[in-house]
Amino acid sequence: MDLLEYQGKQLFARHGVPVPQGRVADTVEAAVEAAEQIGYPCVIKAQVQIGGRGKAGGIKVADNRDQAQEHADAILGMEIRGPRGEGPFTVHQVWVEDASEIDSEYYASIILDRSAKKLLAMLSTMGGMNVEEIAEKDPDALVRRHIEPDQGFGEAEAGVLASDAGVDEDIREATAAMLVKLYEAFNESDATLIEVNPLVITKDREVMALDAKVTIDNSALFRHEELADLEESFIEDPQERMAREKGLTYVKLDGDIGILGNGAGLCMSTLDVVAQAGGKPANFLDAGGGSKAEAIVDALTVITSDEKVRAILFNIFGGITRCDEIAKGIIEASGQIEIGVPFVVRLDGTNSEEGLGLLADADLPDLHVEKTMLGAAEKVVELAGSA
Amino acid sequence: MSIIVGNETKLVISGLTGREGSFHGLRNRDYGTDVVAGVTPKKGGQDVEGIPIFDTIAEAVDERGANTSMIFVPARFAAAAIEEAIDAGIGTVIAITEHIPVHDMLRVYWKARNAGVRLIGPNCPGVLSPGQANVGIIPAQFFEQGSIGVVSKSGTLTYQIGNELKQAGLGNSTIVGIGGDPVVGSDFIDILELFEQDEETELIVMVGEIGGDAEERAADHIAENVSKPVVAYIAGFTAPPGKQMGHAGAIISGSSGTAEAKKQALEAQGIRVGKSPTETAKLAAETVGAKA
Repeated sequence: MDLLEYQGKQLFARHGVPVPQGRVADTVEAAVEAAEQIGYPCVIKAQVQIGGRGKAGGIKVADNRDQAQEHADAILGMEIRGPRGEGPFTVHQVWVEDASEIDSEYYASIILDRSAKKLLAMLSTMGGMNVEEIAEKDPDALVRRHIEPDQGFGEAEAGVLASDAGVDEDIREATAAMLVKLYEAFNESDATLIEVNPLVITKDREVMALDAKVTIDNSALFRHEELADLEESFIEDPQERMAREKGLTYVKLDGDIGILGNGAGLCMSTLDVVAQAGGKPANFLDAGGGSKAEAIVDALTVITSDEKVRAILFNIFGGITRCDEIAKGIIEASGQIEIGVPFVVRLDGTNSEEGLGLLADADLPDLHVEKTMLGAAEKVVELAGSA
Repeated sequence: MSIIVGNETKLVISGLTGREGSFHGLRNRDYGTDVVAGVTPKKGGQDVEGIPIFDTIAEAVDERGANTSMIFVPARFAAAAIEEAIDAGIGTVIAITEHIPVHDMLRVYWKARNAGVRLIGPNCPGVLSPGQANVGIIPAQFFEQGSIGVVSKSGTLTYQIGNELKQAGLGNSTIVGIGGDPVVGSDFIDILELFEQDEETELIVMVGEIGGDAEERAADHIAENVSKPVVAYIAGFTAPPGKQMGHAGAIISGSSGTAEAKKQALEAQGIRVGKSPTETAKLAAETVGAKA
């Protein structure tokens, strides 16, 4: 789960990481009120979970009440796409904060390094651009140090990192102290990524986190009630929201072929095979192991609620999942909801004969049974094209 | 021969008294796995269809000679169960449980490494050595004994490929599900090393997916250390960046972890990568056929 900037900053503040004073607002009036309280100049920042907000016009400085009103009005409701085409995300909230007088911009992060199975701390005095750009411009300017599990990351380790990165001497200690606090926040909140970019040095030589990018491990939310509450508000897409309510693993994509597979790997593979056959998947939906009829009804409800869907493919390889249960679910769903688009089913594995028998007996309209995964992909692409 | 589990496996199951644990544990026993004990705190002295239950793994080791443990307990208790197995002197721990917090797994990973314990998973379907032992949830009916080793991040995708191999008349030495989490106890490289040394294994099928760089590192490892032919498959070419595709570890972060990058890294080392599960099975069959 990615936190919004202000949620990240609130997390930082709880762990003693210096952040500018600010307030969150979800209406223009509230934003203006926040600006009046904080004073001018202040910065009005769109709260969406992607980078590139500044370039998209989602971060503006206000020098007076009129400007605060004008910027908040422009930013709230704005749709922002990420640098890689993610989104669009609608801006529902702005963060209004005290404008810092910036002397220099650094970059700091702690990430989980999956390969090394260790945390990795990174620091650079070239902040304000993304980490790939820093690495490209001047690889030596980005200092990377693994945190040894039996050693941890205290003032001493952080001090070495700050000194290796060439942090100005007068603020080295303060920078190291902030890194240690970020490390504590990382561990205590079950984070998998904390990035501060920029970490700024103000004209008064104060060290402050001017941005906050924080990812929390979803599997650990059970022990972070305060963060778990934030989760629901994040889901923008109506299908993704519906899937979440029904406990399904669903990801919305751009295409027009609705897909259901069982198991994450097989489902991803199904999307790939459909794309190879010339089709465009509308979604990823993993029905999971041991899927029962009820889950299939839910899955079809979510898939058919996406108006772009012009054909549906069910690709099931029954291991623990029994194909007759899947067939029962399909038959049940067709009685409960209007599927309305052609539907290709491939059932293989456990009880596939029984499942295929049930489907044959039910004789559902516009349902096509295919024997192989590749055959099913070709068929659904053909049907979506002619629908 | 086989790897990780086999005729010598004496299995203790943490969570055997649960619904899922008993269903799969008994299936494992029916397959022929020597299931010697189950462990559930405060249920010591009971039994599950003749399998004795103990309060602790240590007792199962002392009294029943357990050497392998399967973890089937809920996510929030699973890390502690793995640690208990390590402390009890178990040599191989296979963790099926999904959604274990990754910070817990970092701690457990190093504990297992430092103790010399082989940890498979978590969030994996387990390990099957056809004809010998099945530890986990892999449906054994789709696999036969043979010479192809399979190592995979995905369960159902493995069954799909195994079934196609079987239809092509090919069997397996061992099928290893390493799991789809960001931090797993054993990576592709660990399992490739075992298959390289296993006499029964003639060819290795490696099934990867988006996220991390385990496939890329495996490609380099294969080029330098694996003499047996390897055929690979990667899932997730159509996955968008930043979205978790079912598995916790299946996510493209920024520009890293894409299926295309993995495919290119493998092909750069001369490893053939199938476009679909079907083609992957076909490539494996061709390669073994060509050798014979």
